[in-house]
Amino acid sequence: MERHFLDELDQLKKQLLMMSAHVERNIGDAIQAFIRRDYQLAEQVRNRDPEIDLAEIRIDEHCMSMLALYQPVARDLRFITTALKIVKDLERIGDHAADIAKQALAAMADLPIQGVPDLSAMTGSAQQILKKALDAFVKADVKLAWQAIQYDDEVDRLHEKNLNALIALMIKDPPSVSQAIHLIYVNKYLERIGDHSSNIAEMVIFMVEGKDIRHLEKIKRLSKR
Amino acid sequence: MIQVFSEIPQAAPLKETRAKMRIEELNFFYGTTQALADVTMEIPLNHVVALIGPSGCGKSTLLRCLNRMNDLIPGTRVEGTVMLDGSNIYDHSVEVAELRCRVGMVFQKSNPFPKSIFENVAYGLRVNGWKGRHEIEERVKLSLSAAALWEEVKDRLHDSALDLSGGQQQRLCIARALAIQPEVLLMDEPASALDPIATARIEELIHQLKRNYTIVIVTHNMQQAARVSDYTAFLYLGRLVEYENTQLLFTKPRKKQTEDYITGRFG
Repeated sequence: MERHFLDELDQLKKQLLMMSAHVERNIGDAIQAFIRRDYQLAEQVRNRDPEIDLAEIRIDEHCMSMLALYQPVARDLRFITTALKIVKDLERIGDHAADIAKQALAAMADLPIQGVPDLSAMTGSAQQILKKALDAFVKADVKLAWQAIQYDDEVDRLHEKNLNALIALMIKDPPSVSQAIHLIYVNKYLERIGDHSSNIAEMVIFMVEGKDIRHLEKIKRLSKR
Repeated sequence: MIQVFSEIPQAAPLKETRAKMRIEELNFFYGTTQALADVTMEIPLNHVVALIGPSGCGKSTLLRCLNRMNDLIPGTRVEGTVMLDGSNIYDHSVEVAELRCRVGMVFQKSNPFPKSIFENVAYGLRVNGWKGRHEIEERVKLSLSAAALWEEVKDRLHDSALDLSGGQQQRLCIARALAIQPEVLLMDEPASALDPIATARIEELIHQLKRNYTIVIVTHNMQQAARVSDYTAFLYLGRLVEYENTQLLFTKPRKKQTEDYITGRFG
């Protein structure tokens, strides 16, 4: 049984890596589709999203079966519970890739406008935080996980900055509203990708060290009441 | 401290508990072979402690040290102390029969006497000088109820105990141990020979019994240790490797050796 269980753990890890690779690719392609106004690429991203949804279901099933059949404990239990949690975040990130692709398609209907804020720092940061979180998971690297969590502040800062610039643009140039709204959506989706990546990184810390660091600040405030 | 609605009830940290028994620097030898080395731990009052570890690690030996059951094996030697409510059970002045009334034991294989159900439970009382029929009947009923067997046997108390099922026989042995009202109950793999339903009943019983008794259980079944105990001790090669709150030990063990054992990566 022991050999069998270890094989299944390996298999679960491979499923997660495969899903992560799909998600990373979809995010990259969705951003490119938006920037290049690439209709085909945007469609591809949307068409690939159900594969990510299916991966979530398969991984959930696998985790449930391992919990039922082997009753794992300690680091194995933490790995499987982490898998159950991060698979949801991965699926949500996948959804945001599809959302960005949808905005890309909608934005193509409008003419490009001048003077829009540059979202490249934001797209780069969202991809960076996702990469850091996934690398932390693959390497079981707590240091990298902490870097990803801290990086989320930068993503939030850029989100705020872009949002303010887009609001200013709409006030100054009302015909740009339609395009700016697409950008506001994309900006928000990228910020959410940062949040989900940060969740993944938090779970990596739990997986490796058994420490639950979620919502630490809020819990501290609650205990002071 | 705030009360969170979803908080899972769990045993207090070991250092905050009140000890019923205290084992200090215990060494045990079978002839020249050392079976326990320098074991120091406390058994908290009204809690369940599980002893786990691979075969031959000393968990049953340790259990049997707690009511001097090993005294019955020739050529054995014990060093160190085992305190029960502050008194060393290995003092020369200790009456062993009396000690075993205070620290009862249930074995792996149920071993009812070839007598009636009633007489099995009454046996210990009679040996201890009980004579009043009414008192004995009351205590038998109480013990069988505490062992969750009364409802099943109340109409056939004078049938042979050997006619009971394996799970019922084991609960009868628990009732027999409870009849003399021990303070500590030692259980050596009490469910290893039982089917899942009988096992579940014994586990449920352990949960109920800890309100009134301090329980130490040896089990090979780690899921069982995780389910029934408040604290778990992992022994390896006669040494206590880790002793911790059960929930912590099974989710976040401190020692690699413990982690390797409970995750099946031992050796």
